[in-house]
Amino acid sequence: MSDTHPTSLAERLAARFGDTLDISTVRQETTAELAASDLLAVATALRDEPAFRFTELVDLCGIDYLGYGQTEWDTQTISSTGFSRGVEGQAMGRFDWAGRPREADQPRRFASVVHLLSIEGNCRLRLRVFCDDDSLPVVPSLTSVWPGVNWFEREAFDLYGILFDGHPDLRRILTDYGFVGHPFRKDFPLIGNVEVRYDPEQKRVIYEPVSIEPRVLVPRTIRDDADLMQARAEAADHWREN
Amino acid sequence: MKAGSTEIRNYTMNFGPQHPAAHGVLRLVMEMDGETIVRADPHVGLLHRGTEKLAESKPFNQSIGYMDRLDYVSMMCNEHAYVKAIETLLGIEAPERAQYIRTMFDEITRILNHLMWIGSNALDLGAMAVFLYAFREREELMDVYEAVSGARMHATYYRPGGVYRDLPDRMPQYRESPWHKGQDLKRINSWREGSMLDFLDAFTADFPSKVDEYEELLTSNRIWKQRTVGIGVISPELAQQWGMTGVMLRGSGVEWDLRKKQPYAKYAEMDFDIPVGVGGDCYDRYLCRVEEMRQSNRIIRQCVAWLRANPGPVMLKNFKVAPPSRVDMKEDMEALIHHFKLFTEGYCVPAGETYAAVEAPKGEFGCYLVSDGANKPFRVHLRAPGFAHLSSMDTIVRGHMLADVVAMIGTYDLVFGEVDR
Repeated sequence: MSDTHPTSLAERLAARFGDTLDISTVRQETTAELAASDLLAVATALRDEPAFRFTELVDLCGIDYLGYGQTEWDTQTISSTGFSRGVEGQAMGRFDWAGRPREADQPRRFASVVHLLSIEGNCRLRLRVFCDDDSLPVVPSLTSVWPGVNWFEREAFDLYGILFDGHPDLRRILTDYGFVGHPFRKDFPLIGNVEVRYDPEQKRVIYEPVSIEPRVLVPRTIRDDADLMQARAEAADHWREN
Repeated sequence: MKAGSTEIRNYTMNFGPQHPAAHGVLRLVMEMDGETIVRADPHVGLLHRGTEKLAESKPFNQSIGYMDRLDYVSMMCNEHAYVKAIETLLGIEAPERAQYIRTMFDEITRILNHLMWIGSNALDLGAMAVFLYAFREREELMDVYEAVSGARMHATYYRPGGVYRDLPDRMPQYRESPWHKGQDLKRINSWREGSMLDFLDAFTADFPSKVDEYEELLTSNRIWKQRTVGIGVISPELAQQWGMTGVMLRGSGVEWDLRKKQPYAKYAEMDFDIPVGVGGDCYDRYLCRVEEMRQSNRIIRQCVAWLRANPGPVMLKNFKVAPPSRVDMKEDMEALIHHFKLFTEGYCVPAGETYAAVEAPKGEFGCYLVSDGANKPFRVHLRAPGFAHLSSMDTIVRGHMLADVVAMIGTYDLVFGEVDR
């Protein structure tokens, strides 16, 4: 990605917004974290000011950080009997509605992530806004800055229950008419709550509680060799002919 | 209402979800003043399958197949965005030959998509024949998909670290059947005597003349122009406000194509042009898409020439993401372990987040991937171009006639697999 400005995007952002933004650049992708109260002012400046010109909002999505970094299978510690073979925890897919995880160990669960694109400057920027209150997650709506965000905010509301303050028409969008709950939250069961079938006696489609059991085939695990250094060493050892 | 008075009231009309011009499962609730649209409210989500949540519950590789099923007429482009996001987080890069194969298949996919689009859009607007012509060529390219991956549509061919296997050195031939016989059979099999690259050579040499045929039917067709010229005009400012990408943006005169501006795979090495519209109406977007087919054809020819001259690996020799060969598995203990681990647990992706975008035939298809270091993604968000485009429906069709809504749905190039995810 070639930026047409002499200074990097992160530098320009820091010079313009100072402490309002928490800026990081990883793999040439710039992320700015900011407080919900600053969002509208920053967004308007990013769209209009010649140093940025983010005329397009490409994407907005919700995230639920509940259970971030947690594993179901401990592969780090070893005891006298060897590595643990048991799978523990309540990661996604292992619970139904009655057994959903209830204790919130995550300080701030919900965030809204925005991806901006500047066609003039040929650069992208990611904004992340955390919601202050997990029981009533609210962020300001960006519809007054980029009207195209309308459906993306409806989607984040539908799937995560994030409320967008100032949105003109915050209805559900992807789920069924009359759906209850926010299905992409990490404490919403993967199997869902209701299933639908046609009932030949009543001659209509009926809703019933789900009949399938929660089931997970592969436990969620985190390993240190994720950087693939080990893989490279092993490849050098064993496939020398290549 | 008083007797004798002629009060006209707006009425509400329901369009879809089961309507052939709805391109799947769009339900459109429209408020009408006679034949004129006062307000349009698209209801989407009837094809929502929770792809993103499903992907979060599975190891990375097991979700590649879901990507095909999003925009199910541009399958490999969706895979490309997902695979690219994983590769960025892993810090790996596919071998050069695999990158050329991906470039080639992205363009084959673009032609497949645009053929589907030109056929169905013409059909919506009353021109039946184009559909039949377009599906003739689509069939040939479907055969290429099948030859390389075993599936005509849902290929699951791209993998992190490369592509699943190298291009086949022979194309399957048709057998005699009530539908293929005599001279006809001989003709279709004459392209299929050599390797897949030979087939693509023959196809790409012939394809521009086929595009001429579609243009012959439509470009100066009076009815086609009456239905599309000046319909659904989108200004460049409006297009950017509504997050439009791809042809929807280029049709309005904004020269923006990720293949040129933020090149990925081997697009930087390719020689091709970006068609840009002038008026931003349905007719301009039609012209852009037709020209894109010709340009894709050019790119495919360049890839074929390179692939012919440069054999090599198509997958990384990295046991964490690529399985060892069956032969090695039988002889080498380490290979067996790697195979087992890869297909049971998968690989862990370092913690971090990335947004990978590709220029899919419909616009920018993006994959926002958040990993917490586990063998399953923490969050996958798929940015579908059709979702952003369709949201502008109400703004654009206000004041248009009912029949123009069909032209507009067609020009958006909607596929509900990706809109609803």
